[in-house]
Amino acid sequence: MAKKAKKPPQGDGNKFQKPRNTKATFSRLLGYLGRSKFLLLLVFVFVAFSALAGIIGTSFIKKITDEILMPVIGQGITSELLAPLVKILISLAVIYVLGAISSYAYSRIMLQVAQRTLNIIRKDLFDHMMDLPIRFFDAHNHGELMSRYTNDADVLRECISQSIVQLVSSVVTVIGTLAMMIYFSPVLTLFVIAVLFLAFFIIKALGKQSAKYFRMQQQCVGDVNGYIEEYIEGLKVVKVFCHEDNAKKDFAVINGRLRHAATNANTYASILMPIMGNISYISYAAVATLGSLIIMTVPQGSFFSLTVGALFTFLIYTKQFFQPITQISQQFNNIIAALAGAERIFEVIDTPAEEDDGYVTLVNARKNAKGEIEECSERTGMWAWKHPHGDGTLTYTEWKGDVRFHDVTFSYDGKKTVLKNVSLYARPGEKIAFVGSTGAGKTTITNLINRFYDVDEGKITYDGINVKKIKKDALRRSMAMVLQDTHLFTGTVRDNIAYGKLDATDEEILAAAKLANADSFITRLPEGYNTMITGDGANLSQGQRQLLAIARAAVADPPVLILDEATSSIDTRTERLIEKGMDKLMEGRTVFVIAHRLSTVRNSNAIMVLENGEIIERGDHDDLIAQKGKYYQLYTGQFELD
Amino acid sequence: MLKKLLAQTKGYRLYSLLSPLLILVEVIMEVNIPFIMADMVNKGILGGAGINYIVNTGLKMVIMALISLAAGAGAARFAAMAGMGFGANLRNAVFSKIQDFSFANIDRFSTPSLITRMTTDINTIQMGYTMVIRIVVRSPLMFGMAFYYAYKINSELATVFAIAAPFLLLLLAGIFSFAMPRFKKLMKKYDGLNASIQETLIGARVVKAFVRAIHEKDKFRISNDELKDASIAAEKFVILSGPFMQMTVYGCTIAILWFGSQLVISEKMELANLTAFITYINNILMSLMMISMILVMSTMARTSLNRVGEVLNEIPDINDSHADPSLLVENGDIDMEDVCFKYKKNGKKNVIDNINLHIKSGETVGIIGGTGSAKTTLVQMIPRLYDVTEGVVKVGGRPVADYTLKNLRDSVAMVLQVNLLFSGTIEDNLRWGNEKATQEEIENACKIAQAHDFITSFPDGYQTDLGQGGVNLSGGQKQRLCIARALLKSPKVLILDDSTSAVDTATDAKIREGFKSNHGDVTTLIVAQRISSVQHADKIIVLDDGKINAIGTHDELLATNEIYGEVYKSQQTGGIE
Repeated sequence: MAKKAKKPPQGDGNKFQKPRNTKATFSRLLGYLGRSKFLLLLVFVFVAFSALAGIIGTSFIKKITDEILMPVIGQGITSELLAPLVKILISLAVIYVLGAISSYAYSRIMLQVAQRTLNIIRKDLFDHMMDLPIRFFDAHNHGELMSRYTNDADVLRECISQSIVQLVSSVVTVIGTLAMMIYFSPVLTLFVIAVLFLAFFIIKALGKQSAKYFRMQQQCVGDVNGYIEEYIEGLKVVKVFCHEDNAKKDFAVINGRLRHAATNANTYASILMPIMGNISYISYAAVATLGSLIIMTVPQGSFFSLTVGALFTFLIYTKQFFQPITQISQQFNNIIAALAGAERIFEVIDTPAEEDDGYVTLVNARKNAKGEIEECSERTGMWAWKHPHGDGTLTYTEWKGDVRFHDVTFSYDGKKTVLKNVSLYARPGEKIAFVGSTGAGKTTITNLINRFYDVDEGKITYDGINVKKIKKDALRRSMAMVLQDTHLFTGTVRDNIAYGKLDATDEEILAAAKLANADSFITRLPEGYNTMITGDGANLSQGQRQLLAIARAAVADPPVLILDEATSSIDTRTERLIEKGMDKLMEGRTVFVIAHRLSTVRNSNAIMVLENGEIIERGDHDDLIAQKGKYYQLYTGQFELD
Repeated sequence: MLKKLLAQTKGYRLYSLLSPLLILVEVIMEVNIPFIMADMVNKGILGGAGINYIVNTGLKMVIMALISLAAGAGAARFAAMAGMGFGANLRNAVFSKIQDFSFANIDRFSTPSLITRMTTDINTIQMGYTMVIRIVVRSPLMFGMAFYYAYKINSELATVFAIAAPFLLLLLAGIFSFAMPRFKKLMKKYDGLNASIQETLIGARVVKAFVRAIHEKDKFRISNDELKDASIAAEKFVILSGPFMQMTVYGCTIAILWFGSQLVISEKMELANLTAFITYINNILMSLMMISMILVMSTMARTSLNRVGEVLNEIPDINDSHADPSLLVENGDIDMEDVCFKYKKNGKKNVIDNINLHIKSGETVGIIGGTGSAKTTLVQMIPRLYDVTEGVVKVGGRPVADYTLKNLRDSVAMVLQVNLLFSGTIEDNLRWGNEKATQEEIENACKIAQAHDFITSFPDGYQTDLGQGGVNLSGGQKQRLCIARALLKSPKVLILDDSTSAVDTATDAKIREGFKSNHGDVTTLIVAQRISSVQHADKIIVLDDGKINAIGTHDELLATNEIYGEVYKSQQTGGIE
């Protein structure tokens, strides 16, 4: 099943993707932010205040130069003259201090809001993911899913923690500055607005070019990273075939393409700042000239008149005015990227969760004096299906482990039929084996038994109960799987075995490990059962990992066991060593075995030979050998499996 | 190491110089504009120099701004060219270096680590370099010039900056020294969370099969909350830098207004100069902030620099330094004399222990042994994928180090355990063996490897694309393609390292027959799990724990060797693998 998913090229591939449904995503994101409504309101207030403090402060400078200093130049310093200066500086200081305090306040609150929102989004995403059906994991590539937690969440966090504040602050600054500019000189303001339109035009033109080259760059980054991955992973083959020079040559070509695109993308992205900055200087110069001319030519008191102080202040506003405009245009890109990321996250959250309409559960049971089955809380080694009825009554059916397929037909994609009219039965305690080439449908059968997938036609019964009526948790708890690809989790060896039964005692774990013949290698590990396993057990051999997986199943102690190529990575000699343990593990359980190696399935009660989704032969080993059919051919090595 | 990295700026050094030069122009203009403005106001308006003076000065300012714009835009362009060019050179250099690595070099770094170094790390360096060109020059320049002009306007008033600048620096240094260790912790938490998500993704089946979703959710909730707390703990220091910066700017403004006003009143300074001074506050303190940011970022980029530098510094430990380029492999004789090998030089135990072996040209030799018996290691020393630790390996009667790697590996073909094909068509992949092969040669090799039939069954035949979305080959089919690819080299020695494990015994036998009739003079080494793959070999080597346990024919070994007998028996009960 689990084909190794090819990782998509890393990088910010999704960063410049446009969201498809901006409005819906935006309002949904607002919903998440809405959980911190009150805090956000505070942020707005503080941001606005902090921005205004800067603007008001600048207007005070006008007051000082115009009203206090101008009239008294050359009069010599007297305390009388300084008194109003002291007064105004004190109020300026108060405004500034309040401004700085509010900017700390909004940063601190915003940090909280951003982290909290991301925390909730991550949690929702993970919780929902855990409830998704296996079909989802089979259909999606892991690297792509991971990028929702990394790339997408990062872009989103950056946007929430920066863009909101920046936008509010920029808008307040622009409006406030504009108001002040109009107040000081409507004529000069008109001029600045004219320049602003020119600036908008430039921003738009640059943005278009920038977007084009960024897309090109992302494409090239994908190509280069893909090539790097392929050729570094395949480096040993490259060496064996002396293919190094070709690889270098080819790489230089695609790397050159990347350089071209990246140079342009980077140019357009970073050229905005000097252009906008200098436009503000040009308007600064123009305003200074224009303003001076007005001062000199227009008589004081008329509508167009201007004072020297007003011109000074206006000039400072002119410089201030263009900065937030540049900011807004830059934030806009971030917001688009964040919305695209959010949309990808929501897409996963919106995938329908695994349905479970089952109501029959599996409970520990014992027989009372009258011989009736009774539910009990402790482990008795006996289990019963608890079957609630519409009228509120309960019936208990003893668990036996009888699994039957009745004319089961199944397809993963609705097109290609994987199983066709499969009927089979496994009586309690029997060992049923499936043999066949890849794609014959062996693993599919196990996928259906524990309802990773549901049958399209026909039905599967478990002790006579349709599996669809059994709660999935109960169904899966009643069977343990040992899969072809063993997966271990970060934690100690003990933790990994206990994954089968979280509250397992040390004795139980030891017993399970011994049963799986894993004890001997575990005790040789540097820290025995407390050895940390990292990176999916990279420090263990494939065989050792499989032994741990078997131990994990053993400690779960379930009534039904599914072994999907459980011993494929263990060499034939070692397999013989654990055979006894496996036999013991299988004792008294209903077991489904899928194996490539026929020695593993030989002693099964029944062997099903699958081909193209159909059972073509069935019987025990001797029967099948006697039939001289496909199994016989396989057994004698005349036929290819795979 | 820095020298090696900087060597990669080759071809882009001019841009790397032009960019800061233009930035110098930009900064000079930027700093001068307020200065000229002050002059315009002073002489033109207050001093009564007249409209002409004002217009002239204004024009001068516009021209300066235009120069500054052109310089700024040019600097951005050149910085991008320099940075991206450097990045591209670096990628080429590292890629070429990695191509020259021996297996031992690759093992030392591990494949995923090499990939990260080539992608993420080089990206960080490339962005860092671009930034450095632009900001490292800009900020100190801006700082210095603004300071100089402030000093020129009024040296007394400039003292305010002399006090404020170190004060701000100290504050920022304080913040970062608090924040850095917390950020390191945060990064660890972040990596940990990602690793655990990845684990649950890969192990989704196990989680579901054992009904452990709630367990996983609980685990995630804890790490998720920890991540949140760690983020807040680290960032709460960083957010202080904004308000601190503001406070310093504001403090300077008030101080300058207070002292400056007094200077203006007593006519020691012109009024317009006061405004210019206030403009410099921002210039000076902002550039200071940028400098400190660059310092912090460069400590982060240093990790990447080191990681990439390590790759460039690694010396490929297998090279042609002792080779005679004219020497060609004469025949397929293989001799191993007292060969010992260990993967790590300081490793305790020899993986291969004192092996002596003589194989004559044209012989077929099977190698068998359990997992960990060093079968693969042994054969990898023949094409010099690894070098022996002690002893000597000879091919064609000469030590392998005498041949150039190209000459040696062209004559010793090896099919590896991992069947890797590359994106491209089937034919593209086959041509790895021989670029100049004719269609007939290609088909011939495929026929011997029993691959021709399934290739021609594809609609596109030999032109079938193997890339993403291309045809899916089974393990057995891949193996046969890899064998054909090796055969196209027309080697003197052919090594098959467990290369037919996914091929059924009948096909396996046909492949071996094909070798015999078409490449009878080729020495063939077959490493296998399956007895049937080696039982017809001229001799079979039984390896155990890095030592030769026995050498003999199938019948001899069956009669005398315990290990061989056991393996044989274990496979007789189920003949498939």
